[in-house]
Amino acid sequence: MTELKNINVKENTVGSQVTTKDSPIIQTNKEVVFEAKNFNLWYGDNHALQDINLTFHENDINAIIGPSGCGKSTFVKSMNRMTELVPIVRTEGSIDFRGDDIFTSGMSVEELRTRVGMVFQKPNPFPKSIYDNVAYGPRVHGIKKKSILDEVVEKSLRGASIWDEVKDRLNDNAYGLSGGQQQRICIARTLAVEPEVILMDEPTSALDPISTTKIEDLMQEIKKDYSIIIVTHNMQQAARVSDRTSFFYQGYVVESDDTKVIFENPSDKRTEDYVSGRFG
Amino acid sequence: MTLIDKDIIAKKRNGRQSKNTILKWLFFLCTMFGLIVLIMLIVDTLMDGWSRLNLDFLTSFNSSRAEQAGFFGAIIGSLWLMLVTAPVAIILSIGTALYLEEYAPKNKFTEFIKINISNLAGVPSVVFGLLGLAMFARALQLGNSVLAAGLTLALMILPVIVVASQEAIRTVPASVREASIGMGATKWQTVSRIILPAAIPGIVTGVILALSRALGETAPLVVIGVPTTLLVTPSSVLDSFQAMPMQIYSWVKMPNEEFQYVAAAGIIVMLVVLLLMNSAAIFIRNKFSKRY
Repeated sequence: MTELKNINVKENTVGSQVTTKDSPIIQTNKEVVFEAKNFNLWYGDNHALQDINLTFHENDINAIIGPSGCGKSTFVKSMNRMTELVPIVRTEGSIDFRGDDIFTSGMSVEELRTRVGMVFQKPNPFPKSIYDNVAYGPRVHGIKKKSILDEVVEKSLRGASIWDEVKDRLNDNAYGLSGGQQQRICIARTLAVEPEVILMDEPTSALDPISTTKIEDLMQEIKKDYSIIIVTHNMQQAARVSDRTSFFYQGYVVESDDTKVIFENPSDKRTEDYVSGRFG
Repeated sequence: MTLIDKDIIAKKRNGRQSKNTILKWLFFLCTMFGLIVLIMLIVDTLMDGWSRLNLDFLTSFNSSRAEQAGFFGAIIGSLWLMLVTAPVAIILSIGTALYLEEYAPKNKFTEFIKINISNLAGVPSVVFGLLGLAMFARALQLGNSVLAAGLTLALMILPVIVVASQEAIRTVPASVREASIGMGATKWQTVSRIILPAAIPGIVTGVILALSRALGETAPLVVIGVPTTLLVTPSSVLDSFQAMPMQIYSWVKMPNEEFQYVAAAGIIVMLVVLLLMNSAAIFIRNKFSKRY
Protein backbone atom coordinates (compact mmCIF):
# COMPACT_ATOMS: atom_id res chain seq x y z
CA MET A 1 0.00 0.00 0.00
CA THR A 2 2.74 2.45 0.94
CA GLU A 3 4.44 1.74 -2.29
CA LEU A 4 1.31 2.64 -4.20
CA LYS A 5 0.91 5.88 -2.32
CA ASN A 6 4.44 6.84 -3.20
CA ILE A 7 3.78 6.27 -6.81
CA ASN A 8 0.77 8.47 -6.59
CA VAL A 9 2.81 11.30 -5.19
CA LYS A 10 5.19 11.00 -8.06
CA GLU A 11 2.29 10.83 -10.45
CA ASN A 12 1.11 14.20 -9.22
CA THR A 13 4.07 15.88 -10.74
CA VAL A 14 4.04 13.81 -13.87
CA GLY A 15 0.30 14.12 -14.35
CA SER A 16 0.29 17.88 -14.20
CA GLN A 17 2.93 17.87 -16.88
CA VAL A 18 5.45 19.99 -15.10
CA THR A 19 8.07 17.46 -15.94
CA THR A 20 7.66 15.26 -18.92
CA LYS A 21 10.96 13.54 -18.79
CA ASP A 22 12.24 11.88 -21.94
CA SER A 23 9.22 13.19 -23.69
CA PRO A 24 9.69 14.22 -27.27
CA ILE A 25 6.52 16.32 -27.24
CA ILE A 26 6.61 19.08 -24.68
CA GLN A 27 3.08 20.23 -23.99
CA THR A 28 3.08 23.53 -22.28
CA ASN A 29 0.70 25.98 -23.85
CA LYS A 30 -2.38 23.79 -24.12
CA GLU A 31 -5.22 24.77 -21.88
CA VAL A 32 -6.28 22.43 -19.09
CA VAL A 33 -9.84 21.15 -19.55
CA PHE A 34 -10.14 18.60 -16.80
CA GLU A 35 -8.24 18.27 -13.58
CA ALA A 36 -8.95 15.67 -10.92
CA LYS A 37 -7.64 16.52 -7.48
CA ASN A 38 -7.47 13.81 -4.84
CA PHE A 39 -10.61 12.32 -6.29
CA ASN A 40 -12.05 9.33 -4.43
CA LEU A 41 -15.12 7.30 -5.23
CA TRP A 42 -16.92 4.55 -3.35
CA TYR A 43 -19.58 2.11 -4.49
CA GLY A 44 -21.06 1.46 -1.10
CA ASP A 45 -18.07 0.15 0.84
CA ASN A 46 -15.99 -0.55 -2.23
CA HIS A 47 -13.34 2.14 -2.60
CA ALA A 48 -13.24 2.09 -6.41
CA LEU A 49 -11.15 5.18 -7.11
CA GLN A 50 -8.41 6.28 -4.73
CA ASP A 51 -6.71 9.66 -4.70
CA ILE A 52 -6.88 10.25 -8.41
CA ASN A 53 -4.82 13.23 -9.58
CA LEU A 54 -4.89 13.71 -13.33
CA THR A 55 -4.87 16.58 -15.79
CA PHE A 56 -6.29 16.56 -19.31
CA HIS A 57 -5.47 19.17 -21.92
CA GLU A 58 -7.35 20.65 -24.80
CA ASN A 59 -7.17 18.91 -28.19
CA ASP A 60 -5.40 15.90 -26.74
CA ILE A 61 -6.53 12.35 -27.09
CA ASN A 62 -6.08 10.95 -23.61
CA ALA A 63 -6.17 7.21 -23.25
CA ILE A 64 -6.99 5.51 -19.98
CA ILE A 65 -5.82 1.93 -19.85
CA GLY A 66 -5.77 -0.77 -17.22
CA PRO A 67 -7.07 -4.24 -16.44
CA SER A 68 -10.76 -4.98 -15.86
CA GLY A 69 -12.14 -3.54 -12.67
CA CYS A 70 -9.35 -0.98 -12.26
CA GLY A 71 -11.81 1.89 -12.19
CA LYS A 72 -11.12 3.43 -15.59
CA SER A 73 -14.75 3.45 -16.75
CA THR A 74 -15.88 4.67 -13.36
CA PHE A 75 -13.46 7.56 -13.56
CA VAL A 76 -14.63 8.63 -17.02
CA LYS A 77 -18.25 8.38 -15.95
CA SER A 78 -17.45 10.59 -12.98
CA MET A 79 -16.34 13.34 -15.33
CA ASN A 80 -19.87 13.98 -16.57
CA ARG A 81 -21.43 12.78 -13.36
CA MET A 82 -23.01 9.71 -14.93
CA THR A 83 -21.89 7.77 -11.89
CA GLU A 84 -24.64 9.53 -10.01
CA LEU A 85 -27.17 7.29 -11.72
CA VAL A 86 -25.92 4.60 -9.35
CA PRO A 87 -27.52 5.50 -6.03
CA ILE A 88 -24.84 4.05 -3.74
CA VAL A 89 -22.00 6.12 -5.18
CA ARG A 90 -20.19 8.57 -2.90
CA THR A 91 -17.31 10.85 -3.92
CA GLU A 92 -14.65 12.96 -2.26
CA GLY A 93 -12.13 15.39 -3.68
CA SER A 94 -12.81 17.36 -6.81
CA ILE A 95 -12.83 17.21 -10.57
CA ASP A 96 -12.43 20.62 -12.14
CA PHE A 97 -13.81 21.28 -15.59
CA ARG A 98 -12.22 24.46 -16.94
CA GLY A 99 -11.35 25.47 -13.42
CA ASP A 100 -14.71 24.85 -11.76
CA ASP A 101 -15.43 21.84 -9.61
CA ILE A 102 -18.17 19.87 -11.37
CA PHE A 103 -19.61 18.74 -8.05
CA THR A 104 -19.83 22.02 -6.18
CA SER A 105 -19.53 24.91 -8.61
CA GLY A 106 -23.27 25.15 -9.20
CA MET A 107 -23.02 24.11 -12.83
CA SER A 108 -26.15 22.09 -13.53
CA VAL A 109 -25.64 18.47 -14.41
CA GLU A 110 -27.50 19.09 -17.67
CA GLU A 111 -25.04 21.83 -18.66
CA LEU A 112 -22.08 19.67 -17.72
CA ARG A 113 -23.34 16.77 -19.81
CA THR A 114 -24.00 19.10 -22.72
CA ARG A 115 -20.43 20.40 -22.64
CA VAL A 116 -18.93 17.00 -21.88
CA GLY A 117 -20.40 14.45 -24.27
CA MET A 118 -20.13 10.72 -23.97
CA VAL A 119 -19.89 7.76 -26.29
CA PHE A 120 -20.66 4.45 -24.67
CA GLN A 121 -19.22 0.98 -24.84
CA LYS A 122 -22.09 -0.63 -26.70
CA PRO A 123 -23.64 1.33 -29.55
CA ASN A 124 -26.85 2.65 -28.04
CA PRO A 125 -28.82 4.53 -30.67
CA PHE A 126 -32.38 5.45 -29.83
CA PRO A 127 -35.08 3.36 -31.49
CA LYS A 128 -35.68 6.23 -33.87
CA SER A 129 -34.63 7.25 -37.36
CA ILE A 130 -31.02 8.16 -38.07
CA TYR A 131 -32.06 11.79 -38.46
CA ASP A 132 -33.97 11.86 -35.17
CA ASN A 133 -31.06 10.22 -33.38
CA VAL A 134 -28.64 12.94 -34.41
CA ALA A 135 -31.19 15.74 -34.00
CA TYR A 136 -32.07 14.50 -30.53
CA GLY A 137 -29.50 16.56 -28.66
CA PRO A 138 -30.21 19.87 -30.42
CA ARG A 139 -33.95 19.28 -29.99
CA VAL A 140 -33.52 18.57 -26.31
CA HIS A 141 -31.78 21.91 -26.06
CA GLY A 142 -34.67 23.67 -27.67
CA ILE A 143 -33.69 23.94 -31.32
CA LYS A 144 -36.79 23.38 -33.43
CA LYS A 145 -36.07 25.04 -36.74
CA LYS A 146 -35.90 22.42 -39.48
CA SER A 147 -33.26 24.22 -41.51
CA ILE A 148 -30.87 24.45 -38.54
CA LEU A 149 -31.53 20.84 -37.57
CA ASP A 150 -30.90 19.69 -41.15
CA GLU A 151 -27.60 21.47 -41.14
CA VAL A 152 -26.55 20.14 -37.74
CA VAL A 153 -27.47 16.59 -38.72
CA GLU A 154 -25.46 16.75 -41.93
CA LYS A 155 -22.47 18.40 -40.27
CA SER A 156 -22.46 15.88 -37.41
CA LEU A 157 -22.84 12.89 -39.69
CA ARG A 158 -20.01 14.20 -41.85
CA GLY A 159 -18.01 14.78 -38.70
CA ALA A 160 -18.51 11.17 -37.74
CA SER A 161 -17.54 10.01 -41.26
CA ILE A 162 -20.82 8.32 -41.91
CA TRP A 163 -22.68 10.87 -44.01
CA ASP A 164 -21.99 9.14 -47.31
CA GLU A 165 -23.21 5.82 -45.98
CA VAL A 166 -26.52 7.07 -44.62
CA LYS A 167 -27.38 10.27 -46.49
CA ASP A 168 -29.99 8.49 -48.62
CA ARG A 169 -31.73 6.83 -45.72
CA LEU A 170 -31.84 9.36 -42.96
CA ASN A 171 -35.39 8.34 -42.13
CA ASP A 172 -34.57 4.67 -41.67
CA ASN A 173 -34.40 3.29 -38.17
CA ALA A 174 -30.90 3.44 -36.74
CA TYR A 175 -31.29 -0.16 -35.56
CA GLY A 176 -31.03 -1.34 -39.14
CA LEU A 177 -27.39 -0.27 -39.32
CA SER A 178 -24.37 -2.42 -38.52
CA GLY A 179 -22.73 -2.16 -35.12
CA GLY A 180 -19.90 -0.01 -36.44
CA GLN A 181 -22.29 2.32 -38.22
CA GLN A 182 -24.47 2.54 -35.12
CA GLN A 183 -21.46 3.56 -33.08
CA ARG A 184 -20.60 6.27 -35.57
CA ILE A 185 -24.22 7.46 -35.42
CA CYS A 186 -23.77 7.65 -31.65
CA ILE A 187 -20.61 9.71 -32.16
CA ALA A 188 -22.47 11.96 -34.58
CA ARG A 189 -25.24 12.30 -32.02
CA THR A 190 -22.66 13.40 -29.46
CA LEU A 191 -21.04 15.83 -31.91
CA ALA A 192 -24.43 17.37 -32.67
CA VAL A 193 -24.55 19.16 -29.33
CA GLU A 194 -21.05 20.53 -29.97
CA PRO A 195 -19.46 19.51 -26.68
CA GLU A 196 -16.01 20.63 -25.60
CA VAL A 197 -14.89 17.24 -24.38
CA ILE A 198 -15.89 13.80 -25.60
CA LEU A 199 -15.63 10.91 -23.19
CA MET A 200 -15.41 7.54 -24.86
CA ASP A 201 -15.91 4.45 -22.77
CA GLU A 202 -14.37 1.60 -24.76
CA PRO A 203 -16.11 2.79 -27.91
CA THR A 204 -14.76 0.03 -30.13
CA SER A 205 -14.84 -2.97 -27.83
CA ALA A 206 -18.05 -4.26 -29.44
CA LEU A 207 -16.87 -3.63 -32.99
CA ASP A 208 -15.01 -5.47 -35.71
CA PRO A 209 -11.48 -4.38 -36.75
CA ILE A 210 -12.59 -2.41 -39.81
CA SER A 211 -15.15 -0.41 -37.87
CA THR A 212 -12.56 0.09 -35.16
CA THR A 213 -10.10 1.56 -37.65
CA LYS A 214 -12.78 3.90 -38.95
CA ILE A 215 -13.51 5.17 -35.47
CA GLU A 216 -9.82 5.58 -34.68
CA ASP A 217 -9.32 7.61 -37.86
CA LEU A 218 -12.34 9.63 -36.92
CA MET A 219 -10.85 10.44 -33.53
CA GLN A 220 -7.74 11.81 -35.19
CA GLU A 221 -9.89 14.01 -37.38
CA ILE A 222 -12.04 15.47 -34.64
CA LYS A 223 -9.30 16.03 -32.08
CA LYS A 224 -8.56 19.46 -33.53
CA ASP A 225 -11.97 20.61 -32.33
CA TYR A 226 -12.47 18.46 -29.29
CA SER A 227 -10.62 17.05 -26.34
CA ILE A 228 -11.05 13.32 -26.17
CA ILE A 229 -10.71 11.03 -23.20
CA ILE A 230 -10.94 7.40 -24.20
CA VAL A 231 -11.07 4.37 -22.01
CA THR A 232 -9.73 1.34 -23.77
CA HIS A 233 -9.03 -2.26 -23.07
CA ASN A 234 -6.91 -2.45 -26.10
CA MET A 235 -3.32 -1.33 -25.54
CA GLN A 236 -2.50 -1.20 -29.22
CA GLN A 237 -5.38 1.17 -29.62
CA ALA A 238 -4.08 3.43 -26.88
CA ALA A 239 -0.64 3.37 -28.47
CA ARG A 240 -2.06 4.11 -31.91
CA VAL A 241 -4.44 6.92 -31.19
CA SER A 242 -3.55 8.75 -28.02
CA ASP A 243 -1.22 11.59 -27.11
CA ARG A 244 -1.29 10.91 -23.42
CA THR A 245 -1.90 7.68 -21.55
CA SER A 246 -2.83 7.03 -17.94
CA PHE A 247 -2.47 3.58 -16.48
CA PHE A 248 -5.04 2.67 -13.83
CA TYR A 249 -4.55 -0.28 -11.54
CA GLN A 250 -6.84 -1.34 -8.68
CA GLY A 251 -8.36 2.11 -8.34
CA TYR A 252 -5.09 4.04 -8.47
CA VAL A 253 -3.37 5.94 -11.22
CA VAL A 254 -0.05 4.17 -11.43
CA GLU A 255 1.44 6.30 -14.14
CA SER A 256 0.37 9.03 -16.51
CA ASP A 257 2.57 10.41 -19.25
CA ASP A 258 2.97 10.90 -22.95
CA THR A 259 1.82 7.77 -24.70
CA LYS A 260 5.27 7.19 -26.15
CA VAL A 261 6.81 7.22 -22.69
CA ILE A 262 4.21 4.90 -21.22
CA PHE A 263 4.71 2.36 -23.95
CA GLU A 264 8.43 2.64 -24.51
CA ASN A 265 9.95 3.78 -21.30
CA PRO A 266 7.52 3.45 -18.39
CA SER A 267 8.88 4.28 -14.98
CA ASP A 268 6.77 1.78 -13.05
CA LYS A 269 7.29 -1.94 -13.23
CA ARG A 270 3.53 -2.64 -13.29
CA THR A 271 2.99 -0.30 -16.22
CA GLU A 272 5.73 -2.05 -18.09
CA ASP A 273 4.25 -5.47 -17.28
CA TYR A 274 0.81 -4.36 -18.37
CA VAL A 275 1.73 -2.65 -21.63
CA SER A 276 3.96 -5.53 -22.60
CA GLY A 277 1.04 -7.91 -22.05
CA ARG A 278 2.40 -9.78 -19.06
CA PHE A 279 -0.89 -9.36 -17.18
CA GLY A 280 -4.31 -7.79 -17.58
CA MET B 1 -12.60 -50.65 -17.29
CA THR B 2 -14.81 -47.71 -18.18
CA LEU B 3 -16.74 -45.83 -15.55
CA ILE B 4 -19.93 -45.90 -17.58
CA ASP B 5 -21.53 -49.23 -18.30
CA LYS B 6 -22.92 -49.07 -21.85
CA ASP B 7 -25.32 -51.98 -21.24
CA ILE B 8 -27.09 -50.22 -18.39
CA ILE B 9 -27.40 -47.11 -20.49
CA ALA B 10 -28.92 -49.08 -23.34
CA LYS B 11 -31.35 -50.78 -20.99
CA LYS B 12 -32.54 -47.51 -19.50
CA ARG B 13 -32.85 -45.69 -22.78
CA ASN B 14 -36.27 -47.11 -23.68
CA GLY B 15 -37.66 -46.17 -20.31
CA ARG B 16 -36.44 -42.61 -20.59
CA GLN B 17 -37.79 -42.22 -24.07
CA SER B 18 -41.26 -43.56 -23.33
CA LYS B 19 -41.50 -41.41 -20.22
CA ASN B 20 -40.73 -38.45 -22.44
CA THR B 21 -43.50 -39.38 -24.88
CA ILE B 22 -46.06 -40.04 -22.14
CA LEU B 23 -45.45 -36.70 -20.52
CA LYS B 24 -45.70 -34.90 -23.82
CA TRP B 25 -49.20 -36.30 -24.37
CA LEU B 26 -50.17 -35.65 -20.77
CA PHE B 27 -49.33 -31.99 -21.13
CA PHE B 28 -51.16 -31.89 -24.43
CA LEU B 29 -54.29 -33.28 -22.74
CA CYS B 30 -54.01 -30.62 -20.01
CA THR B 31 -54.04 -27.97 -22.70
CA MET B 32 -56.94 -29.58 -24.51
CA PHE B 33 -59.02 -29.82 -21.35
CA GLY B 34 -59.27 -26.07 -20.94
CA LEU B 35 -59.77 -25.53 -24.62
CA ILE B 36 -62.55 -28.11 -24.94
CA VAL B 37 -64.44 -26.79 -21.94
CA LEU B 38 -64.20 -23.28 -23.36
CA ILE B 39 -65.43 -24.40 -26.77
CA MET B 40 -68.34 -26.29 -25.21
CA LEU B 41 -69.26 -23.22 -23.24
CA ILE B 42 -69.20 -21.00 -26.28
CA VAL B 43 -71.11 -23.47 -28.43
CA ASP B 44 -73.75 -23.92 -25.71
CA THR B 45 -74.13 -20.17 -25.34
CA LEU B 46 -74.31 -19.64 -29.07
CA MET B 47 -77.02 -22.29 -29.41
CA ASP B 48 -79.05 -20.74 -26.61
CA GLY B 49 -78.61 -17.16 -27.63
CA TRP B 50 -78.49 -17.27 -31.39
CA SER B 51 -82.30 -17.09 -31.82
CA ARG B 52 -82.46 -13.90 -29.75
CA LEU B 53 -79.52 -12.22 -31.38
CA ASN B 54 -80.89 -9.61 -33.77
CA LEU B 55 -81.00 -5.89 -34.33
CA ASP B 56 -83.97 -5.47 -32.00
CA PHE B 57 -82.01 -7.03 -29.18
CA LEU B 58 -79.22 -4.53 -29.67
CA THR B 59 -81.46 -1.48 -30.01
CA SER B 60 -84.21 -1.93 -27.44
CA PHE B 61 -84.28 -1.45 -23.71
CA ASN B 62 -84.76 -4.18 -21.17
CA SER B 63 -88.27 -5.40 -20.48
CA SER B 64 -89.99 -7.65 -17.99
CA ARG B 65 -91.19 -9.69 -20.93
CA ALA B 66 -88.49 -11.96 -22.22
CA GLU B 67 -89.39 -11.65 -25.89
CA GLN B 68 -89.04 -7.87 -25.75
CA ALA B 69 -86.00 -7.62 -23.49
CA GLY B 70 -83.09 -5.81 -25.18
CA PHE B 71 -79.49 -5.01 -24.43
CA PHE B 72 -79.37 -1.37 -25.59
CA GLY B 73 -79.33 0.27 -22.17
CA ALA B 74 -76.61 -2.06 -20.93
CA ILE B 75 -74.38 -1.52 -23.97
CA ILE B 76 -74.63 2.26 -23.74
CA GLY B 77 -74.21 2.11 -19.95
CA SER B 78 -71.05 0.04 -20.25
CA LEU B 79 -69.67 2.53 -22.75
CA TRP B 80 -70.34 5.35 -20.29
CA LEU B 81 -68.67 3.33 -17.60
CA MET B 82 -65.53 2.92 -19.72
CA LEU B 83 -65.57 6.65 -20.44
CA VAL B 84 -64.98 7.25 -16.74
CA THR B 85 -62.84 4.23 -15.94
CA ALA B 86 -60.41 4.46 -18.82
CA PRO B 87 -59.06 8.02 -18.43
CA VAL B 88 -58.92 7.85 -14.64
CA ALA B 89 -57.17 4.49 -14.60
CA ILE B 90 -54.80 5.33 -17.45
CA ILE B 91 -53.61 8.67 -16.10
CA LEU B 92 -53.21 7.51 -12.51
CA SER B 93 -51.49 4.26 -13.32
CA ILE B 94 -49.04 5.53 -15.93
CA GLY B 95 -48.12 8.34 -13.55
CA THR B 96 -47.58 5.83 -10.76
CA ALA B 97 -45.54 3.50 -12.94
CA LEU B 98 -43.34 6.35 -14.19
CA TYR B 99 -42.75 7.60 -10.68
CA LEU B 100 -41.90 4.17 -9.33
CA GLU B 101 -39.59 3.21 -12.17
CA GLU B 102 -37.98 6.51 -13.07
CA TYR B 103 -38.14 8.96 -10.22
CA ALA B 104 -38.53 7.14 -6.93
CA PRO B 105 -35.33 6.65 -4.94
CA LYS B 106 -34.31 3.02 -4.89
CA ASN B 107 -34.93 2.24 -1.24
CA LYS B 108 -36.93 -0.05 1.04
CA PHE B 109 -39.96 2.22 0.99
CA THR B 110 -40.19 2.18 -2.81
CA GLU B 111 -39.81 -1.59 -2.76
CA PHE B 112 -42.59 -1.77 -0.18
CA ILE B 113 -44.91 0.25 -2.42
CA LYS B 114 -44.07 -1.87 -5.46
CA ILE B 115 -44.80 -5.10 -3.62
CA ASN B 116 -48.09 -3.76 -2.33
CA ILE B 117 -49.22 -2.61 -5.74
CA SER B 118 -48.61 -6.12 -7.03
CA ASN B 119 -50.61 -7.41 -4.07
CA LEU B 120 -53.46 -5.02 -4.80
CA ALA B 121 -53.73 -6.54 -8.26
CA GLY B 122 -54.78 -9.74 -6.54
CA VAL B 123 -57.49 -8.26 -4.30
CA PRO B 124 -60.94 -9.71 -5.17
CA SER B 125 -63.20 -7.40 -7.10
CA VAL B 126 -65.98 -7.60 -4.52
CA VAL B 127 -63.63 -5.94 -2.02
CA PHE B 128 -63.12 -3.07 -4.44
CA GLY B 129 -66.90 -2.96 -4.76
CA LEU B 130 -67.25 -2.50 -1.02
CA LEU B 131 -64.61 0.21 -1.08
CA GLY B 132 -66.47 1.96 -3.89
CA LEU B 133 -69.73 1.66 -2.02
CA ALA B 134 -68.28 3.17 1.13
CA MET B 135 -66.17 5.84 -0.51
CA PHE B 136 -67.84 6.95 -3.73
CA ALA B 137 -71.46 5.88 -3.35
CA ARG B 138 -71.88 6.79 0.32
CA ALA B 139 -69.17 9.19 1.52
CA LEU B 140 -69.06 11.24 -1.66
CA GLN B 141 -72.81 10.80 -2.19
CA LEU B 142 -72.42 9.66 -5.76
CA GLY B 143 -74.96 6.85 -5.28
CA ASN B 144 -75.12 4.26 -8.04
CA SER B 145 -74.03 6.72 -10.71
CA VAL B 146 -71.70 6.14 -13.65
CA LEU B 147 -69.06 8.15 -11.78
CA ALA B 148 -69.18 6.02 -8.62
CA ALA B 149 -69.00 2.74 -10.52
CA GLY B 150 -66.45 4.05 -13.00
CA LEU B 151 -64.11 5.23 -10.25
CA THR B 152 -64.50 1.93 -8.43
CA LEU B 153 -63.59 -0.05 -11.53
CA ALA B 154 -60.71 2.36 -12.19
CA LEU B 155 -59.35 1.63 -8.72
CA MET B 156 -59.77 -2.07 -9.34
CA ILE B 157 -57.75 -2.13 -12.58
CA LEU B 158 -55.25 0.49 -11.43
CA PRO B 159 -52.73 -2.00 -9.99
CA VAL B 160 -53.01 -4.19 -13.08
CA ILE B 161 -52.12 -1.32 -15.40
CA VAL B 162 -49.40 -0.08 -13.04
CA VAL B 163 -47.71 -3.48 -13.08
CA ALA B 164 -48.03 -3.82 -16.86
CA SER B 165 -46.68 -0.30 -17.37
CA GLN B 166 -43.79 -0.90 -14.99
CA GLU B 167 -42.83 -3.97 -16.97
CA ALA B 168 -43.07 -2.07 -20.25
CA ILE B 169 -40.93 0.76 -18.87
CA ARG B 170 -38.37 -1.70 -17.56
CA THR B 171 -37.88 -3.21 -21.01
CA VAL B 172 -36.37 0.07 -22.23
CA PRO B 173 -32.67 -0.70 -21.84
CA ALA B 174 -30.55 1.33 -19.44
CA SER B 175 -28.09 2.08 -22.24
CA VAL B 176 -30.67 4.13 -24.15
CA ARG B 177 -31.60 6.02 -21.00
CA GLU B 178 -27.93 6.78 -20.35
CA ALA B 179 -27.51 8.01 -23.89
CA SER B 180 -30.27 10.55 -23.40
CA ILE B 181 -29.21 11.64 -19.92
CA GLY B 182 -25.61 11.78 -21.14
CA MET B 183 -26.52 14.42 -23.71
CA GLY B 184 -27.79 16.79 -21.11
CA ALA B 185 -31.46 15.87 -21.44
CA THR B 186 -33.51 16.25 -18.29
CA LYS B 187 -35.33 13.35 -16.71
CA TRP B 188 -38.64 14.45 -18.15
CA GLN B 189 -37.19 14.89 -21.64
CA THR B 190 -35.77 11.39 -21.40
CA VAL B 191 -39.08 10.02 -20.15
CA SER B 192 -41.27 11.80 -22.68
CA ARG B 193 -39.05 11.42 -25.76
CA ILE B 194 -37.36 8.08 -25.24
CA ILE B 195 -38.95 5.95 -22.57
CA LEU B 196 -42.65 6.53 -23.11
CA PRO B 197 -42.56 6.10 -26.90
CA ALA B 198 -40.68 2.84 -26.44
CA ALA B 199 -42.93 1.62 -23.64
CA ILE B 200 -46.27 2.68 -25.13
CA PRO B 201 -47.06 -0.59 -26.93
CA GLY B 202 -46.64 -2.54 -23.70
CA ILE B 203 -48.63 0.01 -21.75
CA VAL B 204 -51.47 0.08 -24.26
CA THR B 205 -51.64 -3.71 -24.24
CA GLY B 206 -51.91 -3.67 -20.45
CA VAL B 207 -54.54 -0.93 -20.55
CA ILE B 208 -56.76 -2.77 -23.03
CA LEU B 209 -56.54 -6.06 -21.14
CA ALA B 210 -57.36 -4.29 -17.88
CA LEU B 211 -60.27 -2.41 -19.44
CA SER B 212 -61.69 -5.61 -20.84
CA ARG B 213 -61.54 -7.05 -17.35
CA ALA B 214 -63.35 -3.98 -16.00
CA LEU B 215 -65.97 -4.28 -18.72
CA GLY B 216 -66.84 -7.83 -17.73
CA GLU B 217 -66.69 -7.28 -13.99
CA THR B 218 -69.97 -7.85 -12.12
CA ALA B 219 -69.27 -8.01 -8.40
CA PRO B 220 -68.44 -4.32 -7.77
CA LEU B 221 -71.55 -3.31 -9.71
CA VAL B 222 -73.71 -5.62 -7.61
CA VAL B 223 -72.29 -4.14 -4.43
CA ILE B 224 -72.81 -0.58 -5.58
CA GLY B 225 -76.33 -1.47 -6.60
CA VAL B 226 -76.38 -0.77 -10.29
CA PRO B 227 -79.97 -1.03 -11.54
CA THR B 228 -81.02 -3.58 -14.14
CA THR B 229 -84.16 -2.11 -15.56
CA LEU B 230 -83.85 1.46 -16.68
CA LEU B 231 -85.60 2.83 -19.69
CA VAL B 232 -83.21 5.71 -20.27
CA THR B 233 -79.54 5.96 -21.02
CA PRO B 234 -77.47 8.23 -18.78
CA SER B 235 -77.01 11.81 -19.93
CA SER B 236 -74.24 12.66 -17.51
CA VAL B 237 -71.76 10.78 -15.34
CA LEU B 238 -73.93 11.50 -12.31
CA ASP B 239 -76.87 9.51 -13.69
CA SER B 240 -77.78 5.93 -12.98
CA PHE B 241 -76.94 3.42 -15.64
CA GLN B 242 -77.05 -0.22 -16.61
CA ALA B 243 -74.09 -2.38 -17.50
CA MET B 244 -73.67 -5.48 -19.64
CA PRO B 245 -72.44 -7.98 -17.02
CA MET B 246 -75.01 -6.72 -14.52
CA GLN B 247 -77.80 -7.08 -17.05
CA ILE B 248 -76.77 -10.62 -17.90
CA TYR B 249 -76.61 -11.49 -14.22
CA SER B 250 -80.12 -10.18 -13.66
CA TRP B 251 -81.51 -12.13 -16.62
CA VAL B 252 -79.94 -15.34 -15.43
CA LYS B 253 -81.65 -14.88 -12.06
CA MET B 254 -85.09 -14.53 -13.64
CA PRO B 255 -87.50 -17.41 -12.91
CA ASN B 256 -88.91 -17.28 -16.44
CA GLU B 257 -86.88 -19.76 -18.48
CA GLU B 258 -87.18 -17.63 -21.58
CA PHE B 259 -84.73 -15.20 -20.04
CA GLN B 260 -81.95 -17.81 -20.21
CA TYR B 261 -81.90 -17.29 -23.96
CA VAL B 262 -81.87 -13.55 -23.55
CA ALA B 263 -78.93 -13.88 -21.16
CA ALA B 264 -77.11 -16.10 -23.64
CA ALA B 265 -77.55 -13.47 -26.35
CA GLY B 266 -76.19 -10.85 -23.95
CA ILE B 267 -73.18 -13.05 -23.20
CA ILE B 268 -72.48 -13.41 -26.92
CA VAL B 269 -72.51 -9.63 -27.39
CA MET B 270 -70.24 -9.11 -24.42
CA LEU B 271 -67.85 -11.89 -25.49
CA VAL B 272 -67.58 -10.38 -28.94
CA VAL B 273 -66.68 -7.00 -27.43
CA LEU B 274 -64.12 -8.57 -25.08
CA LEU B 275 -62.56 -10.74 -27.78
CA LEU B 276 -62.25 -7.70 -30.02
CA MET B 277 -60.53 -5.78 -27.26
CA ASN B 278 -58.15 -8.63 -26.50
CA SER B 279 -57.36 -9.09 -30.16
CA ALA B 280 -56.56 -5.40 -30.40
CA ALA B 281 -54.20 -5.78 -27.45
CA ILE B 282 -52.42 -8.74 -29.04
CA PHE B 283 -52.22 -6.94 -32.37
CA ILE B 284 -50.69 -3.85 -30.78
CA ARG B 285 -48.23 -5.91 -28.80
CA ASN B 286 -47.01 -7.85 -31.81
CA LYS B 287 -47.04 -5.00 -34.26
CA PHE B 288 -45.55 -2.13 -32.32
CA SER B 289 -43.43 -3.56 -29.56
CA LYS B 290 -39.76 -2.76 -30.14
CA ARG B 291 -36.98 -5.26 -29.87
CA TYR B 292 -33.59 -4.10 -28.73
